[in-house]
Order: sequence, then C-alpha cells, then structure tokens
Amino acid sequence: MSHFESPLREPLITGSKTYKQITDDIVRGTEGTLGLTWLLSTGVAGLVALFGLFCLTWTVLYGIGTWGVNTTVGWAWDITNFVWWVGIGHAGTLISAILLLFRQKWRTGVNRAAEAMTIFAVVCAGIFVLLHTGRPWDVFFIFPYPNTRGPLWTNFNSPLLWDVFAISTYLTVSLLFWYTGLVPDFATIRDRAKAGSIRWKIYNILSFGWVGTAKHWERFESLALILAGLATPLVLSVHTIVSFDFATSVIPGWHTTILPPYFVAGAIFSGFAMVLTLMIVARKVMNLQDYITIAHIESMNKILLLTGTMVGTAYLTELFVAWYSGSMIEQYAFANRAFGPYWWAYWIMMSCNLIFPQFFWVKKLRRNIAFTFFASIIVNIGMWFERFVIIVLSLHRDYLPSSWTDYQPTWVEIGIYVGTGGIFMTLFLLFSRFFPVVAIAEVKAILSVSGNQARREQMDEVKDEEAYKDADARLIYKID
Amino acid sequence: MSTTNKFLVGMFDDDQTLLKAVESAKNSGIEIAEAFTPFPVHGLEHKMGLRPTKLHTAGFVFGATGLVTAFSLMAFANAVNYPTNYGGKPTFALPAWIPIMFELTVLFSAVGMVISFYYLCNLYPGKQPKIIDPRLTDNMFALTFDISGDNEQTSKITEFLNNEGAVEVFEKDI
Repeated sequence: MSHFESPLREPLITGSKTYKQITDDIVRGTEGTLGLTWLLSTGVAGLVALFGLFCLTWTVLYGIGTWGVNTTVGWAWDITNFVWWVGIGHAGTLISAILLLFRQKWRTGVNRAAEAMTIFAVVCAGIFVLLHTGRPWDVFFIFPYPNTRGPLWTNFNSPLLWDVFAISTYLTVSLLFWYTGLVPDFATIRDRAKAGSIRWKIYNILSFGWVGTAKHWERFESLALILAGLATPLVLSVHTIVSFDFATSVIPGWHTTILPPYFVAGAIFSGFAMVLTLMIVARKVMNLQDYITIAHIESMNKILLLTGTMVGTAYLTELFVAWYSGSMIEQYAFANRAFGPYWWAYWIMMSCNLIFPQFFWVKKLRRNIAFTFFASIIVNIGMWFERFVIIVLSLHRDYLPSSWTDYQPTWVEIGIYVGTGGIFMTLFLLFSRFFPVVAIAEVKAILSVSGNQARREQMDEVKDEEAYKDADARLIYKID
Repeated sequence: MSTTNKFLVGMFDDDQTLLKAVESAKNSGIEIAEAFTPFPVHGLEHKMGLRPTKLHTAGFVFGATGLVTAFSLMAFANAVNYPTNYGGKPTFALPAWIPIMFELTVLFSAVGMVISFYYLCNLYPGKQPKIIDPRLTDNMFALTFDISGDNEQTSKITEFLNNEGAVEVFEKDI
C-alpha cells in the first residue's frame, strides 16, 4: 500500500522520531510563556509596522506630492514593492500545490511556513495597490457592481482589472488552502491542552471541532489534492497577469512577450529566497532541524539555481531581442539600463540574480547554511532591483527628451516600504508563536516511509534481499 | 445529536496494525462504527468500505458556475448594458476576458469546495467535539464499535481487538 522510496535517499525527518515526538517538537513552540526574544523582536517589528502606517497616513493626508514620483516616472517604489511582495508570495503555493502534484515529499517540512509567508506577502502587496489607486477609500470602484453612474462598469479588457481578480483570487484560495491544512493541527494543539481551559476553547474554535474520523480525512485529502490542482495554474496565472500590466503597454522595455514566463520564474526565485531566509532562522530558533533538514535547504537551493538561471536567460534574451528588433528606441532603452544614469541598479540586478545563484552548482555550497542564508538575502535584493530596473529605468527616459527626468524616493516612500517589512515580520512572528509552524499531520504521514528509522529498515531489507539472492544464486549455480 | 450511544473503543499505536484490524473486522463480520487517526492513513477509507467522496464533482460544478458567471457578467456589462468604445476595439472582446474567466473559475471552485467540505463534515467554529481520547490527534489510532444495543457483542469484540494488537480497550458513552 505504502509507496516505494529508494532507501538510498536522504531521510526527510532525521533523529528517529516517533509520532509523539513529532507532536511534542512542533507544538512545544506554541506552549509556555512568551519568551523575551520573541517579545522583543515582535515589539521591534510592530514598531516598524506602525511607522509604515504613519507614512501611509502621511501620504493620504498630504497627497502623492510627498512621494518622489513625477509626470514621467509615474510608477516607482510603490509598484516595485508591489511586484516584489507578490513575487515573494509565490513560493508558498508553489511548494504546497505544485510540489504536492509532483509528489515531492520534502515539501511537508516547509509548506506550512511558506504558505503563511505567501499570505502575509500578498497582504503587504495589497497595501501598495490599495494606495496606488490614489483614493483608497473609493477602492470598491474597481469591482464590477451595478451602480448609479450609468451603470458604468469596469473595463474588463484592462490588465489592471485582471490583476484585481488575480490577486484577490490568489489571496482567497491561498488562505483557504492554508487554513484547511491547519485545522487538524489545531485539533492536535487543542487535545494537548487541559480540556475546558481557555487555551482549549480557543484552539477548539480554530480547529472547527475536528476529531479526525476516516471519512473526514478522506474528504480532506481529496480537497487538498483538488485545491492543489487549482492552485497550480492559479499561481502561474497571477504573476503572468502582473506582467501583463507591463507587457500590454507600449513602453520600450515593457512591451515584450517574454515578460510572463520571465516574471513567473522571477517570482518563484524570490519566493524561495525568502522562504530560505526565514526558515534558516526559524529552524534554529525553534529547534526544528530534524524537520527542516540540510536536504530541504539543498532542494530549495536547486530551485534557486534553476529559476535564477531562467531569469538570467530572460535578461540576456531581452538584450538580444532589443538588438535584433532593429528598433532604435528599444535598443536605447536597454543600453540606457546597462550604461545610463542607473547603471548600478542594472548591474546589481545582473550580479545578484544571474551570476550569484551559479555558485549553487557546487554541492558543498548548496548544503552550507551560512552561505545559503547570505545568498537568499542577495537574491531578494537582486529581485527588488529587477523590478526597480524594469519600472523606473524604462520610464525615466520618455519618448520626448524634454520629459527626461530622474527619480529619487522620499522618506515617505522608504517608510512605507520598510513598514510593510515590519507588517510582514509581525505577522510571521505571531504565526510562528501561536500556530504549528510545521504541518504536523503531514509530517507524521510521511514518517513511516521517509523517516530516519524507516530508511534504516528499508536498508536492512535491501541487505537481506541481497543476502537472499546470494544464497539463491549459490543454490542454482552450485557455487561454493 | 443529543442521544448518547455506548461504544467500545480499541486503541492502536500503529497505522499498519489498524489497517490489518479493519480488514479482519470486515472478514469476521464485525461492524466498525468509526475510525480515528491523527493523520490520513492511506487505504483506510477503502478498507472500511466507505463510499468515495464526490467532493471533486462539486468542485467541477462550482468551477463551471464561476466560468459561466464571469463570461455572462462581462458580456452583459461590456457588450450589452453599457458598451464603451475603448480605442475602437470590439466591445465583445472574448480573448481579453479569458484571464478573469479563469480566475473566477478557480475562485468559485475553491470557495465552493471548501464550504462543501466543512458542511459535509459538519465542522464549524465553536463546534463542541465528542473527543474519545485526546491522544487520537497525537500518536494513537482508534476503532469504535457501537455496543449500545447488544451486550453479548462486547466480550466478542474485546477479544477480537486484543487479538488484533489493540493496546487499550475501553467503553465510552458518546
């Protein structure tokens, strides 16, 4: 019944765990009194988030003039940050959906935290689009509803409206997927608490009264599989549609058909980098080294190498197509990126995204935690600059040289960006303290085939079989 | 369900033992009321003879509803109710509607299926669960047998459970 896995494969759970130990290891993080480190880091993150909210309020009170944008560079830090956050929000669903369909069992160690990260990143991205509409209090205008203005409907041919549907669908589906996966684990936490205590009651509400009958698990598995099937094209569609915001325009540097696959690869690239940054810290702080192993980190580094190289190929293809197009304006746009006033941004992007991940061809570096942590931060910097390059560097040299201008962010824009980082970290810290960070039930389900103990048993079995075959051969061929 | 029934509970500490017990119960004609596991045990629902879920059919129906909704809304709004000339482009612009048609298909299907899931399982925030043993979401597996009607069965099933490797057998009113 259970599926076969090569005994030579590295175990996904190290340290010979029992089911009980898995529960203990993961639920322990949510129990006991709040630690000082946690309180301090959450406090700092919360303050940063509050500063971001202050800058948001400042923008709304004093208007868009508090930003560095101008007539030529109309999109700048806000859209850069929006695309960056949405991109980061791609890894979670990729890990939990696509890797589920491909039966990559290593995803069970990291999927829960990665999905949480996805949701928080999309929330941060949402803040920028909300603000970008100019009048956040009228934001409901973007939804098609019968109104007294005609009714004047939204323009369904506009990629910006597609984006509204894509991002809100993505957020909703990710949230449902994540929460449904959490339900049985909340029940585990509930059942460890004293029956009737406040803790029991809170986790019972969160667990929806789950008890884990055979029928419920069957429906649960079926739901997870179909949601994964739905989320797979969804996750690819979201960044495709984000890229349409650019690709369907006529701005040199944006108007290219390579943008959708290039954006999707970039999104996965930056998302995995963020998962690595957070999980390398989380596994250490929360003692989860047996569940998020070096093998997990290596697998994710392989994906970084793959997607980084894809993104790099797209950069080079863009340059080639610009030259090959014969269009002077297109050629100028790319020459300006590499050698214009913002040349440094372009070369930061190139070196962080194309050159740096190539180190991961070396197995030693893929399995080196300190190097991986460093690389994951480099990649996130590089991916931020990619969006900055695409947006600001394409806009600041307009068709009319008289409109040419430069762009510099103000403290308000920087404050909002840093603030979303604070919001993200606050949410992630709250999640890591009160929610099961590793999918308990899923890890238990793979223990019997992919755990350390199971591997050893499988090895023994293989050895026995060899011995048996050996004995058989002796009998048949009368060796001896 | 306010009525309580008397159940015999057999606790197991391994999923493979549980699967074997389910199979033998079926062979010896003992009716299992319910099985509880801390994680999905593959093949359990099949061995228990449960009807496969039709949740995926519901998902398809919800998805189709989403597709039709998206298409008819956009066709009605942009081509019938208030046709607007956007740069001389056709008001019935099917290719441009594909992204939203896709998104709403996924949205309706996912939301509909999740709601159906909780509805079918009768799970909701604030539900008071009937917990047989708190270890069942941790490291133990259980089979329950309805013994409220018949006291003779109790000893027979107890013996059966002990033979099948149950680590604990007890009675519980649920």
